[in-house]
Order: sequence, then C-alpha cells, then structure tokens
Amino acid sequence: MLILLLTGYAASALAPLLYKRFRENFGWIAVTFPLFMFFGFLSRYPQIVSGEVIRESVPWVPSLGINFSFLLDGLSLSFVLIITLIGAAVFLYAGAYMKAYAATGRFYVYIGIFMTSMLGLVLSDNMLLMFVFWELTGISSFLLIGFNHHKESSRKAALQALLVTGGGGLVLFVGIILLYRVTGCFDISSFYDMNGVITAHALYPAIAVLVLIGAFTKSAQFPFHFWLPNAMEAPTPVSAYLHSATMVKAGVYLIARMNHEIGGTPIWQDTVLVTGASTMVLSGLLAFKQTDLKKLLAYSTLAVLGTLVMLLGIGSKLAIKAFFIYLIAHSLYKGVLFLVAGTLDHETGTRDVAKLGGLGKRMPLTAITAALASLSMMGIIPLVGFIGKETVYKSILELEYWGIFLIAAAVLANAFVVMVTLFVGFKPFWGKAMDTSRKLHEAPFKMLLGPALLAALGLLFGMFPNFFMAAMLEQSAQSILSETLSLKITIWEGFNLVLLLSFVTLLLGGVLYLIRLKMSEQVVRMTLPVFMRPSAWYEAALRGVLSFATVQTRFVQNGYLRNYIIVIVLTTVFLASLALYRSAGGIGIAPDFSITFYEGALAFIILVSTLLLVNSRSRLKSIVALGALGFSIGIIFVIYGAPDLGLTTFAIETLNVILFVLVLYKLPGFLKLSRSSNRGRDAVIAVSVGVLMTFTVFAASSFELSSELKQYFAQTSVPDGKGRNVVNVILVDFRAIDTLGEITVLAVAALGVVALLKLRADGGGR
Amino acid sequence: MEEDGNMYSIILATASRYLLLLLLIFSVFLLLRGHNEPGGGFVGGLVAAAAYALYFIANGIQAAKTVVRFDPLRIIAAGLLTAIASTLPSLFTGERFMTAFWIDTGIPFIGKVGTPLLFDLGIYFLVLGITISIIFSLAEEDRS
Repeated sequence: MLILLLTGYAASALAPLLYKRFRENFGWIAVTFPLFMFFGFLSRYPQIVSGEVIRESVPWVPSLGINFSFLLDGLSLSFVLIITLIGAAVFLYAGAYMKAYAATGRFYVYIGIFMTSMLGLVLSDNMLLMFVFWELTGISSFLLIGFNHHKESSRKAALQALLVTGGGGLVLFVGIILLYRVTGCFDISSFYDMNGVITAHALYPAIAVLVLIGAFTKSAQFPFHFWLPNAMEAPTPVSAYLHSATMVKAGVYLIARMNHEIGGTPIWQDTVLVTGASTMVLSGLLAFKQTDLKKLLAYSTLAVLGTLVMLLGIGSKLAIKAFFIYLIAHSLYKGVLFLVAGTLDHETGTRDVAKLGGLGKRMPLTAITAALASLSMMGIIPLVGFIGKETVYKSILELEYWGIFLIAAAVLANAFVVMVTLFVGFKPFWGKAMDTSRKLHEAPFKMLLGPALLAALGLLFGMFPNFFMAAMLEQSAQSILSETLSLKITIWEGFNLVLLLSFVTLLLGGVLYLIRLKMSEQVVRMTLPVFMRPSAWYEAALRGVLSFATVQTRFVQNGYLRNYIIVIVLTTVFLASLALYRSAGGIGIAPDFSITFYEGALAFIILVSTLLLVNSRSRLKSIVALGALGFSIGIIFVIYGAPDLGLTTFAIETLNVILFVLVLYKLPGFLKLSRSSNRGRDAVIAVSVGVLMTFTVFAASSFELSSELKQYFAQTSVPDGKGRNVVNVILVDFRAIDTLGEITVLAVAALGVVALLKLRADGGGR
Repeated sequence: MEEDGNMYSIILATASRYLLLLLLIFSVFLLLRGHNEPGGGFVGGLVAAAAYALYFIANGIQAAKTVVRFDPLRIIAAGLLTAIASTLPSLFTGERFMTAFWIDTGIPFIGKVGTPLLFDLGIYFLVLGITISIIFSLAEEDRS
C-alpha cells in the first residue's frame, strides 16, 4: 500500500506535464488514476468481507515506533472506496470545469496529492503516520481553497480553514503523544485490546478531549463549523470532493476508528453526542438565510456531519448501522449536487437561488441527475437516502433519555435539509425561465457522466441495499464496535412511527421552503449579534495574535545594532561568570608572570592601540589602530605555538581593514553621537567582558585539563586522518560535520549580507 | 581602467597584476599544505580573497569583476556543493557519515588524495566567495 501511495504522489507530480500535452482530453487521462485505485481496492473486497484484515508495515523510524504501517479493514475499505469513486467523478468533471482557469495543471497536482493523502489517512495503522497524512490533507485543502489566489476572500477562507484545522491537528497531535505515554506504542491495531487500560488512566480525559477537538475541527463541528461555508470559495469540484464527500469526513473517521479503543466512556459518548446534535440543528437553522447554491449545500453538509457524529455518540448497533448507510448515501448524493451546482454556475454564471429557474428544458440530463440526487437527499423511497434517514430515526427512537429531544432535533434538521434540496435540486430547473443573456445549453459530457453515474448508484444502492452494503457493513461495524453484527437492510418496513416521521420531515421541509420563498429579502438581512458568532471569536483571536506579535517584535527586534550587542554581551558575561563561579568555586589562580621582551612589547602595542581606538576622533585612525591590535594578537598566537590561528588572524585582519575602508567611504563625517553616560555604560560592559575573560583564562590554566582528547588527536591524526597538522585534520576530518554546519551558516549569512546591500543599492528598503 | 580617478596608481596597478597571480598560487599552496603544515582551506580562501581585494583597490571594481570572471555567489554555491560532495562516498558505501576516503595516487609531491582534501577545497571556495561577494557588494554600493 505504501508503493500505491507513493505512486499516487508521483502521478500527481506528473499532472502538469501531461496536462500540457493533452489539454483537451486531460479529464479522461486524470480519471484513470482514481479509477485504478478504486478497482485495485475493490479487488480486496472479497477478502475483507470474509472477515480478513490486511496489514502491511515498512519500517520508517522503528526506534520511535513510527512505521509505514497500513491497515485495511471494513471501515477503511468503505472510506477508500468512497474516496476513489467520488474522486473519479470529480477528476473527470474538473477536466471540463477547470478549463477556464489558469494553471489547471497545478490544480490536478493539488487534488492528486489530496486524494493520495486522504487514502493514506484512512489506511494508516500508525497514529503518527495518520497525523502526517492528516496534515497533508489540510495543506492540500488550503492550496485548493485558495486556488483563486488573486481573490482576497479566497485567501482569507484558505487561511481560516488552515488555521482552524491545522490548530485542531496540533491539539490532536498532543492527544496522540499522551496516548503514546499511556500505551507505549503508536499502532492503532495494538490499542484494540487496551480500552480498559486507556480509559482507566489518569490522562484519559485529556486524551479523549484532545482527540475529539482534532476531529471536530476537521469535520467542522460546532463551534468550529464556520470555516466550512467559507471554504466554498474553492472551485466547485474541490467543494464537492474535499468539503463534502471526503476531507471533512476525516474527523468522523477518526472518531469511528478510535471509538472502541478510547471510547465507550460517558465523557467520550456524551461529548460526541451533544456536539454532533448541536451542529446538526444549528447548521439547519443557519442554512435558512443562505441564497448561494454552494453555501446552502455547505450548511446541509454540516447538518449531515453533525448527524454522523451524533450517531457515533449514540453508539448502539443500530446507530452504527445508520452511520454507515447515511455516510454512503451522503457521499453519493452530496457530491452530485455540488457538481450540479458547479454546472449551473458554469453555464449560467450565477449561483444565486433567487435568480435561477426554468433550466429544466435546456438542460434535461442535468435536471434528471439533480432530481435523483435530491430525492435521495430528501430521503424518498426507493433511494439510498431513504434507508439512511429511516435508520437514523430508528436508532434515535431506541434511546431512553435523550430520544424525544433528539428526534425532534433530527426531524427539524432534516426538514431544513429538505428545504435546501428543494432550492438546489429543483428550483433552478422548474418554474419560470430565468432571464439571462447567455445561450443556455446542456452541460458537456464530461460534466454529466460522473454525477449521473453517482446519482444512478444512489438509486441502485437504495433498491438493492443488501447486495451492495450488507456484507461491508458487518465488517465496518466490527471495526467500530468490535462486535459482530448481522445486519439485514430492508427498504420497506411497513407503516410505522418512523415512516410517519419521514412524512413529517418532508412536509415541514416543504413548508419551510415556501416560507423562505415568500420572505427572501428580510431573511437575508438577518444576522446574529457579533459575540454569538464563533467566526467572530476566530477573527478576534487572530487579531490578538497579530498585534501581540507586532508588539513583541518591536520590543525584541528593535533594529538598533547596539542594543543587540549589549544584550548578547551581557547575557554571555552573566551566564559565563555564573558557570565559572559554580565550577571553579572562585577566581582561580593567576599563573606565574615571567614575561619575555616580545610579550611585553606586544602587550604595550595592544594597550596603546586600544586607547587610540577608543579615543580617536577620526575613523581612519580607528581602523589603523584596530588593524594594529589584530596583528599583535596574531603575533601572540604565533609566539604561543598556534601558527594556524596566527595565519588566519593575519588574513582576516587584512580583509577587515579593507572592508572597513570600503564602509568608511560611505559613512558621513565623524560625529560625536553618543552621550558621555552612554560611553560610560559601554565602558563598563567592555571592561566586564575583559575581566571575565581574564578570570576564564586564570581558571583554565589553574586546572589540569584532561589530556585524553589531546593525546587521542595527536596519536590518531597521522594514521587515521593522514595529516600531521592536527588542527586541520580535526577541522576537515574528525569534526568535519561541525565544519560543514559552520560553512553552511556562513554561506547563508553571506547571502543575507549581499541581499541587504543590494536592497540598499537598488534604492529599496529603509 | 581609470575608474576611481584620483585613487589610481600606475605602480600599484601594474604590481597588482603580478601580485594577484603570486598570491593566488600562494593561497593554493596554503590550501594543499594545510594537511601537514599550518595552512588549510580557510586561510587559503582568505588569502585568495585578499589577492582579489588588492587587485580591486588598484584597478577598480569593474576590472576586478572581470578578473574573477564568476559571480561570487556562484563561487559560494560551488564551494558548499564541493564540501557536500565530499560527504557522498561515505553515504553510498554505507559507512558512517563523512568517513574519510583516501586514494594513494603514487605521484610524487601529491601523494595521497582523499575526501578531506575535497572538503577543504570546498571551504576554500566558500570563504573566497563570501569575502569577495561582500567586498564587491560594498564597492558596488559606493559607485551607485
């Protein structure tokens, strides 16, 4: 499976090249990729249905327990098939839809990376591996939402989605690490038998909450739901694929996958249940004021995601069954409706439901496709959506305490979904023909085929549910509950309470639709008070972080070289003297002072040039004094038997003087800018450095330094390093990695210097 | 030639041409002897840079650039890449990273050649590139 995923990434990288060659028919080429994956995984279907679990593992960082381990069971296979199947429809569709955009090749790179990462996410057996894929889907989603990067709203929406899901990802990461602390491994399959251990651990509440926050941000659960409607800035194929059928289900997948490992406790079940239910109801209410086709669909997606999460929270056998049927049904119809919305936008140039109408005659095939998907979404017999909704209601009715409230909530939310469906799936095609200057015609074949096939599948799944779903459901349910379920799906169960509820839902949905039609103007203008909108909290948090960063940067990076130097020097003095005090326990002993003539002369030269340097009023004099100082120090190195250092010092001093002269040429005339108090402060700092160095030398000479290293290098230099110059052998052989690091830093620093100088030379910058 | 006008000295300009060659030979000498005697890539690079700096002082920036021939930034890159290239043999043979490899050429005066020498050569070019790129940038700024 690792190879399959790597192939996926490689294929994505190739997309732009192929796109250039086969611009017209690229959709057909692209579709082979998801289809190949689809049939590849479908071939494993018999194995999985017979109860087998396929595992693969390639070591990555075995010492940390991080491996490319993959797990294919009923749960992951369901997701894989959904991802690849919808992917195929979307890839083909985009071939026609994206023609108007620039950089379509890049679009396929992003979406290819996304699909592969999403597959990786649901196949991973290793939590950290899954996290890597989790983040990759977030990044590709960011790139795809911001695909129209010249539009500010796109950039903003992309950033918002990235920050919310990325932030949630970090929270999840902490949860994973805590889980590792408890269990000592990252493999999901080895958590299977550890539920008792994990839930009994003191860290358990933290783990549960952290993992859930990660899942909730990804699946846009309340109060993190706001990024999803904004993400509709993305091109429509992206919305259909990432933001309804697949990526937003990653959080749902995570909850399902972790359910029997770390679930089953009140804190887990109740949090999931309440969050899911509130998302379901709230998004239904929020959908009421939308006029944009895609936003309407986005809020209905939120309602469905909420329902799915709620079902996991209920956690009964029936609820898990409902979860799967609903999941499959939603993937089949919602992708279709998004693509239809894209087609309408593409052909008419608007997505405003108030304007669209009467297109059925011009686009009959699109209309039929939309109708099929809509019927499924509304839950009308015999489509798969009907079974989904019926099972959801049934599983809620089983509940003892919450049942009555939840069923009311579910009916209400579904009524809103029905309303959305009427707006998206029917209104554009029926009624009075809209006025438009464009010549309307049927969508191109590529944009019809995928949605139509998916819609037809929705019908087939509904009519023969046992053939398509029953066997898979058993295995999938086992992944979540670790119990074997025997599920038979029946589409018609006679007249009972559940069916009545379905009728109520439809009726209520129809009423809502009519109300909404009548009072369109007022509704659009309705807004919540700012403090009640989570998106406003997000904005405020973002502003806070930015302004804090500004203040902090102003304080720390104030741009005055002297301040930087003072901070660096004082820190060094403080830390070094502390270390010196602790280790030497005092100031050490001054070594014997037998000074030769040369040493005395050099010391004199150094002192004189230092004084000259400090008191000079001419820059040239200062530079000459500095040069004299440097050369004297070089000579000291030579005298004390460090010819390498001496040589280097001479060369550096020479170049230093040249550099200073060059800079000097640019500077204005010598000015006395610093006040005496500043000079006094500088003197104190300088002297403190000098004193520190003196004591360091004393301390160093008063210890008998361990000579093992010295001996080691002296002995091994010639045999191992093939050189007699120990210093050089250390630099280029024994400690070459350090040197490599240093020269890399040097190179980067030089680039920085050149860039700064060029910036000034070109008149840019400050 | 006469770019900096008042600063031009014909003696220095003439001398610098010969000095440039001598100093460059000296810098290579330093680089090669570094393994057994004081010297090495770092000092060698600095001396080479000083040689070009001298040429620049005598003849002006344009002439110096012509003599260097390559963009100093490319010299930096070449140096870094050379240094990194010297690590590759150890990577491919599965030895620990940066293990040295030596070949005895058997030629007198050259003797054994190994990856540390290549590494030192990288340092030489890197230091040379960095120094002259900074000097040249400063000099360019003067002119503008």
